[in-house]
Amino acid sequence: MGTAGCTARTPTTAPSPSRDSAQADAGRGGISTPNADPFPSTYVPFPSRTTVVRNVNILTAAGPLIRNGAILLQNGKIAAVGTTVEAPADALVIDGSGKYVTPGIVDDHSHLGVYAAPGGNALSDGNEATNPATPQVWAEHSVWPQDPQFPRNLAGGVTTLQVLPGSANLIGGRSAILKVVPGRTVQAMKFPGAKYGLKMACGENPKRVYGGRGGPSTRMGNVAGYRAAWIKAVDYRRKWDKWNADHKGDPPARDLGNETLAEVLRGNILVHNHCYRADEMAQMIDIAHEFGYQIRSFHHGVEAYKIADLLAKEGIAGSLWADWGSFKMEAIDAVKANMALVDHAGARVIVHSDDPSGSQRLNQEAAKAMEAGAEIGIPVSEEQAIKWLTINPAWALGLDDRIGSLEKGKNADVVLWTGDPFSIYSKPEKVWIDGALLYDRLDASEQWRTDFELGFVPFTGTNR
Amino acid sequence: MISYRLNSRIGAVVFTAILATPAAAQTTAITGGKVYPVSGPLIENGTVIIANGKIVAVGANVPIPAGAQRIDATGKIVTPGFVDASTQLGVQEIAAVNDTRDMSARGKDNIAAAFTVWEGLNPNSVMIAPARKEGITSFVVVPTGGLVSGQAALVDVVPGTTTDMIVRSPVAMVAEVGDPQSAGLGSRGELIVKLRELLEDTKFFQAHRDAFDRAQTRPFVASRLDLQAMIPVVEGKLPLLITVNRASDIDAAMRLARDYNVKLMISSGAEAWMMADKLAAARIPVLTGAMNNIPDGFASLGQRQENAGLLRKAGVQVALIGNAGGGDEEAFNVRNLKQEAGNAVSYGMTWDDALRAVTLAPAEFFGAADRVGSLQPGREANVVVWSGDPFEFTTRAEHVFVRGREYNEKTRQDLLIERYRNLPGTHNTPPPR
Repeated sequence: MGTAGCTARTPTTAPSPSRDSAQADAGRGGISTPNADPFPSTYVPFPSRTTVVRNVNILTAAGPLIRNGAILLQNGKIAAVGTTVEAPADALVIDGSGKYVTPGIVDDHSHLGVYAAPGGNALSDGNEATNPATPQVWAEHSVWPQDPQFPRNLAGGVTTLQVLPGSANLIGGRSAILKVVPGRTVQAMKFPGAKYGLKMACGENPKRVYGGRGGPSTRMGNVAGYRAAWIKAVDYRRKWDKWNADHKGDPPARDLGNETLAEVLRGNILVHNHCYRADEMAQMIDIAHEFGYQIRSFHHGVEAYKIADLLAKEGIAGSLWADWGSFKMEAIDAVKANMALVDHAGARVIVHSDDPSGSQRLNQEAAKAMEAGAEIGIPVSEEQAIKWLTINPAWALGLDDRIGSLEKGKNADVVLWTGDPFSIYSKPEKVWIDGALLYDRLDASEQWRTDFELGFVPFTGTNR
Repeated sequence: MISYRLNSRIGAVVFTAILATPAAAQTTAITGGKVYPVSGPLIENGTVIIANGKIVAVGANVPIPAGAQRIDATGKIVTPGFVDASTQLGVQEIAAVNDTRDMSARGKDNIAAAFTVWEGLNPNSVMIAPARKEGITSFVVVPTGGLVSGQAALVDVVPGTTTDMIVRSPVAMVAEVGDPQSAGLGSRGELIVKLRELLEDTKFFQAHRDAFDRAQTRPFVASRLDLQAMIPVVEGKLPLLITVNRASDIDAAMRLARDYNVKLMISSGAEAWMMADKLAAARIPVLTGAMNNIPDGFASLGQRQENAGLLRKAGVQVALIGNAGGGDEEAFNVRNLKQEAGNAVSYGMTWDDALRAVTLAPAEFFGAADRVGSLQPGREANVVVWSGDPFEFTTRAEHVFVRGREYNEKTRQDLLIERYRNLPGTHNTPPPR
């Protein structure tokens, strides 16, 4: 029933090439809810023209660096990539001499829109800190599309964002997967067909926030809180699965929070777990085993290097910082070689930001982590590091079949860099999403300005 | 578990002590490098001679003293050690652990001019070695919060006591303008009035000290020690470093400085670029970063990464400090000063100006250019040999000298990596010792 509800609501005004298959995917398994997709994406790709970038170094995230290669963007997709490509006569030709092309960057830990600039209480919409378990809230209902941080992220080469609720709560709610595009509504930014994520948080934050008001006030209280929530969710899912099978009697009462958790148990929502310490990550893995769900990625994971083998074995990614640490007790063992060590152990590494400034320079964060690896004898190639920024976070969002690498047929989310993306002196020059040129550093008149910026923020008309 | 933790801590301390002992009396010759003295032009294939903790010679054709330890810097870059012009390194270990936070004073009505932040500096902070490892050899420890936060000091990154570390103290009086709420006041205008009142009371206090001691003066806005600490500010001897972002607040601070003959320096200065010509004309230096472009408050709507470059272009003296936001501003990431410099270059500053902005410029602002910030005979031998462009990510600080001693001790992070780089077979096996 969820599947039907979903496709039926596809607005006729928003045909998108990827839409049908994508929406079907979103609805799949949405069987505890009358409508699995009540806030459907209305995203439509922006107008694009067939474009070829030639004589350019290409980091595809799917193979070796292509030197002086070419890439063809057509109908919103990557039509060809290689040392040479056949381009139609009417294609816009861009000479990329001395420059680099990469897939669009995917930041799987953002709070853009939910903690919008210029900040303050009025725009503080990221933590529903009224109860330690709030699986019923959805980040998209807090996102302000006019957050001036969005265009800055785009200028940093970020094309897809996971906007998460904050980490005050044990279970914080659903994430929103957004394309970094201008939109009047959040629906117009939503990545069609993307699975939702669920934010969970370990350690100091929940116990600090709730310690003085009913708990949990300890780490053991945290764990009891997760387990109590999952016990209810397992029960809820069983009742709905049974009713879906036999349709006997009235359907069970709906519960928004348990709908989300039941979808996690069915594998249709991906768990993103804020967790710093190695010992706590191991406990969260045991909880996932107890209730039969998967953790997709540990976020922050400053001690991931201590259990890199466990992460590899469990197939859990680490969404990590290059060098943040020591700002609280659970972060004191941060090492710059974290990413290199986790990568070396065979687990998936993701460079994440949790920060509107860092998100604009995730390439620089990756470069710092590469150097830290090299210093301890674990060199990381550019071909590998680009995966940390693109295909690995795309996998964490369940979107690696559509974005994250430069391969024929994938969405044309592409960044043209002024030079080697791992040099401090390089910046995105052009950014395409679904083949549409949405950022051009060389053309200030075309740069996206949010409503908020009009009048409030001086127009400088240069490279942001 | 407890015993191995204790052992590892003691181990770290012992290690530091051993590696920190090479004699400062040792003469060292760094040869063949591309030498940037900052105080003078680039010397291709230059030599830097270090003896008795000082730089004794810098040049292209410098004779090498017999018996000198030689460091071949061919193909490498030699610069003064970097000076971070504004940090809480040493006075904040772990931001969320109150017991390790010593950067703010309560003061009286948010005035804490007498607060000497360096009295709380912990030379054994585990953040200090990682900073030095990446080429930071001096830093200015700056108090934060309130209206008048207190006094800053410039220190070298050497082991020992705070007394050993201090190069100059105080180097500035620190105040914050533009956030009346945090200063316990109702509006911007009231905040400026409060500062004017403080400056006037200071002058009156100075002129009527005898009467004050006889308890024959009216009440003052600040305590005796605060007023006393403000005297060098009203005399124009100690700079007033004001953290301020909005252009109109910078303008108000400049009026205040002009009226009371105060030597003003601007810190943060998100919208300083809008005031660039006026700041240049008034010779007011600015400490700012190059990694923030977010209108993250109504006082910083004009924040942009070109700020530092535009200020330099207008003739303003600039020192680069961390302003990236998030975890990059923590004491731990003082080491990212070079990243600020690289970004400043990427956004319009010349490379030479960026190098100056992390070395000699802050030394000059804080009256310590005779000690640090450049490679000249007589200066402290704070010298870094870089494997390449110091701002580039692939570059390493291969040799770091502070007051003539080379440091390459293991940091706490190095010890953690040693312990965990070869993981046991299962996660239930105890970690290697």
